[in-house]
Amino acid sequence: MSDRVRVVGWSVVAAVLAALSVPWFLWGSDTVVAGLPVWVWWHAGWLSLTAVVFWVFTRRAWGLGVEGVSRDG
Amino acid sequence: MADVGLQIGIVVGYMLVALAIGVVAYRLTDRTAEDYYLASRTLGTVVLLFTTFATLLSAFTFFAGPNISYGAGPEWILVMGLMDGVIFGILWYVLGYKQWLVGKANGYVTLGEMLGDRFGSLPLRVLVAAISIFWLFPYVMLQQQGAGTAIEALTGGAVPYWVGAGGITLFMIGYVALSGMRGVAWTDTLQGAFMLVMVWAAFVWVAVSVGGVGSATATLGDVDGNFLALGGGLYTPQYVLSTAISIAFGVTMFPQVNQRFFVAESKAVIKRTLPLWPVLVLLLFVPAFMLGAWARGLGIAAGEGENVLPLLLAEYTPSWFAALVVAGAMAAMMSSSDSMLLSGSSYFTRDVYRPLVEEATERREAFLGRVGVAVFATLSFVASLFQPATLLEIGDTAFGGFAQLALPVLVALYWRNTTKWGMYVGIGVSQLFYLSSVFTPVPGSYLGGWSASVVGMLLGLVLTVGVSLLTNASPGEDASVYATRAD
Repeated sequence: MSDRVRVVGWSVVAAVLAALSVPWFLWGSDTVVAGLPVWVWWHAGWLSLTAVVFWVFTRRAWGLGVEGVSRDG
Repeated sequence: MADVGLQIGIVVGYMLVALAIGVVAYRLTDRTAEDYYLASRTLGTVVLLFTTFATLLSAFTFFAGPNISYGAGPEWILVMGLMDGVIFGILWYVLGYKQWLVGKANGYVTLGEMLGDRFGSLPLRVLVAAISIFWLFPYVMLQQQGAGTAIEALTGGAVPYWVGAGGITLFMIGYVALSGMRGVAWTDTLQGAFMLVMVWAAFVWVAVSVGGVGSATATLGDVDGNFLALGGGLYTPQYVLSTAISIAFGVTMFPQVNQRFFVAESKAVIKRTLPLWPVLVLLLFVPAFMLGAWARGLGIAAGEGENVLPLLLAEYTPSWFAALVVAGAMAAMMSSSDSMLLSGSSYFTRDVYRPLVEEATERREAFLGRVGVAVFATLSFVASLFQPATLLEIGDTAFGGFAQLALPVLVALYWRNTTKWGMYVGIGVSQLFYLSSVFTPVPGSYLGGWSASVVGMLLGLVLTVGVSLLTNASPGEDASVYATRAD
């Protein structure tokens, strides 16, 4: 895969992580699960997933789009 | 008020521990500006993580945040998670890691310095420093005000506002002037850990007192407007997104946070820090904001301008514990303010005083930096005694003001065709637009609830790119200083 494709791919991942950290599909829902509103659980799970994705990124793709820019741009 | 002595004892005891850390750090400090401001770029993972965490998450966590949850529901958990946990994390890589590479290669200490060097422009450097200090100063004032008010409330008025705020100010001048970034980062680590423990202890204590988390949360369904349901009232999708985006970008340009982009010891430190970040954000804000919402459900009556968390704790926990939590809030407030003082001082001495007034040596600059801390803190304390409405307004809108800087900086870092004039116009016009939305009849909300801050950011982006396309690089501009390669 070229770097350009990987940059686009990881950018999409970043956008999805941001976009779904708020569970828009639960808008208006007042279901309570195990003592907390269900949307709090979604958020907790999603941020935990974000942490895992960040970790994978540091392992697999660190430097992408930031390092390795040559002096000629 | 038999508890007043105990409460003051807890707060003072806590401050002494922080001071002791400052003294140890002072003994390790070289007498150079880079060491004073950036601890010679040597922070490890735990310290970097906690100093950024504690710096970013101010007294908002204990006071304003729970107050909003109390008034409008706990959805601020989502705003915070999106803002700090996700968007800021991504920006830490895109902006922060890039700045780290560029800063290490060229020895930059401040944002203004980084931009001024690239564009060969002292006016740009001074402009960025001046804008930053403009927004920072009232924000520091608000922190002092928060501390003074909290101590006054805790002691039932036995310690008046000016003594509380003044004492905290003097104390901060002492340890910031003494120890610089290293001491600030170490005390931040203590403060961040302390905050986290306190907020969870409070969460568990209140939950147990009212018969469990489920019972506490169940009360929210009866609140007018149903606090259990996602959205409603204050919380529209536009509000959630505008707030999260604007503050996340704003945070990256706050001097004390931006400067932390420069301080990691190595690439490995940043790599280890990043995945831990969203977890830490989650762990702090879920309990803090749920407590604020529970207070509403449990019928705690907080008046206008009163902080709800201390009231909730006074109802359900012993007074020594409430004092510990208020000490935690002090810790939060100080860990933000000390860093702001240090960074504000570095912006002033390095980007304004040194280039314009006196070409100082490194050693002399480190000394000037300490003087700057004392002057900055004293002025903001004096301002907090009078609390002029204009300054309060600026402080309240500071995140939006800083957010206006973020996109032009991002463009400059990544796009080599950015020109000096693109930066002047992009930064200048977006600042003017945003200021107008705060102080003049220019609207603060667009297209069904998008904030002026987000609109201004877009305007800044378009102008920076557009004007750069229309103008040529001036003599002295050097895009190659931002070239970074894998090492």
